[in-house]
This record gives sequence, C-alpha cells and structure tokens, in this order.
Amino acid sequence: MVGLVVVSHSAKAAEGIVEVAAEMGGDTAIEAAGGDGDGVIGTNVDRISDALAAADDGNGVVVLVDLGSAVMNAEVAIEMHDGEAVIADGPVLEGAVNAAVAATDPKATLESVVEQAEAAADIDKT
Amino acid sequence: MSGDAAAVVAAVEAVAERIQAERSHLTDLDSAIGDADHGGNMARGWAEAADAVADLEDPDAQTVVKTAGKTVLSEVGGASGPLYGGSLVFASQELEDGVTPETAVAFAETYLEKVQDRGDASVGDQTMVDALTPAVHTFKKSIETDDLPPLEALAKAVAAAEAGVQFTVPIRASKGRASYLGWRSVGHQDPGATSTLYIMEELLETAADHLDSEVPDVDASSPTIPDAEAAGE
Repeated sequence: MVGLVVVSHSAKAAEGIVEVAAEMGGDTAIEAAGGDGDGVIGTNVDRISDALAAADDGNGVVVLVDLGSAVMNAEVAIEMHDGEAVIADGPVLEGAVNAAVAATDPKATLESVVEQAEAAADIDKT
Repeated sequence: MSGDAAAVVAAVEAVAERIQAERSHLTDLDSAIGDADHGGNMARGWAEAADAVADLEDPDAQTVVKTAGKTVLSEVGGASGPLYGGSLVFASQELEDGVTPETAVAFAETYLEKVQDRGDASVGDQTMVDALTPAVHTFKKSIETDDLPPLEALAKAVAAAEAGVQFTVPIRASKGRASYLGWRSVGHQDPGATSTLYIMEELLETAADHLDSEVPDVDASSPTIPDAEAAGE
C-alpha cells in the first residue's frame, strides 16, 4: 500500500493529524514526523527520513507538510530516501484524510493518492 | 592531511566559534521578524560540525565539507538545516579535486543555486540570497575576469556580502517566516544574510591564515573598466 507521512512544526499537530486521518485510513501506514526532535517547534530531516522508511512498504509514500522548513526538510529527506516519495501540494490535515482514504483503494497508486491529497485544496467549507 | 583539507577543517572550527560568539545577536535579529531560533540552532549545529570534522581521519577537502554539511543538516532544525547543511553537501561535489580558485568558484555557484532552489528565493526577498548572490558574483568575476589573487577575490566577495546584508534592511520580506509580517518586516536586517556574512568572514580569515597573509583591504568595486566590444557583447 501507498504510505503517508505527516510533517508538521508541532509534534502534537503531526500526531493529531495522523489520528484524524487514521480513522478513515484502514490499514494505511501513516507516520507522524513533527517537531524538531528536542521537544521544540520545528522540523528535522532525520525524523522525516525515519518516518519515510517506516511508511514505505515499496509502493511509495505521499508526504503532507505544513509550512516553510517542513517543505525543505521533506525535500531533502525524499532526496536521501531509497524509494519513491512525493510531497502533496495541499492542506496538511484535509490532504492527509483524503490521501488516507485514497490509499485504501485496491487500485491505488502513488499518483492517485497524491492527486486525492492535492484535491483537498478545493474542499469548500462554507 | 593535505593543506587545503586542513584549512577547511580550520574554517569549520572558526565558523563554529564565530556563530557561538554571535549567538545572541543572531537570536535578537530573528526575534524581531522570525521565531528567535537562528542563533541557538546554528551555534549547536556548527559546534557539532566542528567536532565531526575534527574526528575525521586524514580526510580530503571534499569529505570535510560534506561531513560538516551533513552534521549541520541533521543538527540544525528548521530551514537552516537544509539551506546551510544541505547546500554544503550538494556543493561539495565541486571539490573533488580539492580547493583551487577554479573549484572554489564552482563550489560557490553551486551552493548559491542550491540555496535559491531549495528556498525558492530570489534577490530582494530579504533572505540569505541577498548576501550570497553579490558575494558569489563578485568572487567569480574577481577570479575569472579580473584575475585577482584568490585572497583578494574572497575579500571582495565578503565586502559584497556585507553590502547585501545592508540591502536586506530597507526591503520587505517575501520568503521565510518574516514574510508573514508583510510590511512590518521592512527595516529589519535578515538573520540568515547576517550569519552567511559571518561564515564568509571566517572563510576569509582562515584563508588568510592558511596563506600566511594579511586580509587585504578592498571594497566590492571592480578594478577593471568593462570593455563591451572586447567581451563580444
């Protein structure tokens, strides 16, 4: 199955988003990579690398990110990862939920899951 | 260890000491427009990098730069890890044949490209790119067109970086955490441009020590008058 990694500046936010997405995600592997590793707000490339390795069963990983350095650290971690991983250009929470659901489709591919994660940008709330 | 590798090890140590000394100043700059973590993060990361390169056994210059970059990448949280550390790792590919004026120019250009690309930043966004771009352009031209001695070229690059740091003060941030402040970012010196200048100043000091010379007194102006016809442009 395609796996997911949620990268946020806050460890709590990343874990919370994983919690929300997992409710809809069946057996999808969803890993949180939040905070800078020292209990401080930030992102860290080693944490993201570990999460990528844990989420990847060989079918690739979709990475959901929040702001600024989350994007940069995710890019570096993806460059160093032995496998396929893609950053979804969409909102981190809604994208994670969409992607988690999309990954449970038996015909899901890395592309189809990214597409669904990015489609979350168009969700209407009012 | 070859002479250039020893000089690069000394440079990493000098940068670590300088960033530690400027730690609270960098944090003050970052408190004004960012999240107040630049001084602490950079000081920790470069201290670890200095330890890591000191532990290498008979390394070449490329390995020293790569090791320092990897350590900074892992230890410095936030955007500075990938921007400083990731770019060092990437640009170290240019130092396969050691540090010469030619490989130093290639290294500087590759480093700048990676920083621009990773941060998606251009000149005028109030970022480290504002200090790096004039420095790299001035260094390249000083070596390739003006045939200046390397130390003089590096001194000019530092002068250019200094001008770039000053340029970040009166402009509005368009990238990084400061961009969230919009117009309120105007009037503040960018912490990343500032730490980039400190790093370059330490490279210059170390290069001067290594060459047993004094740091030349220069400004960023070119000694040559451009001849468009001769350049075929």
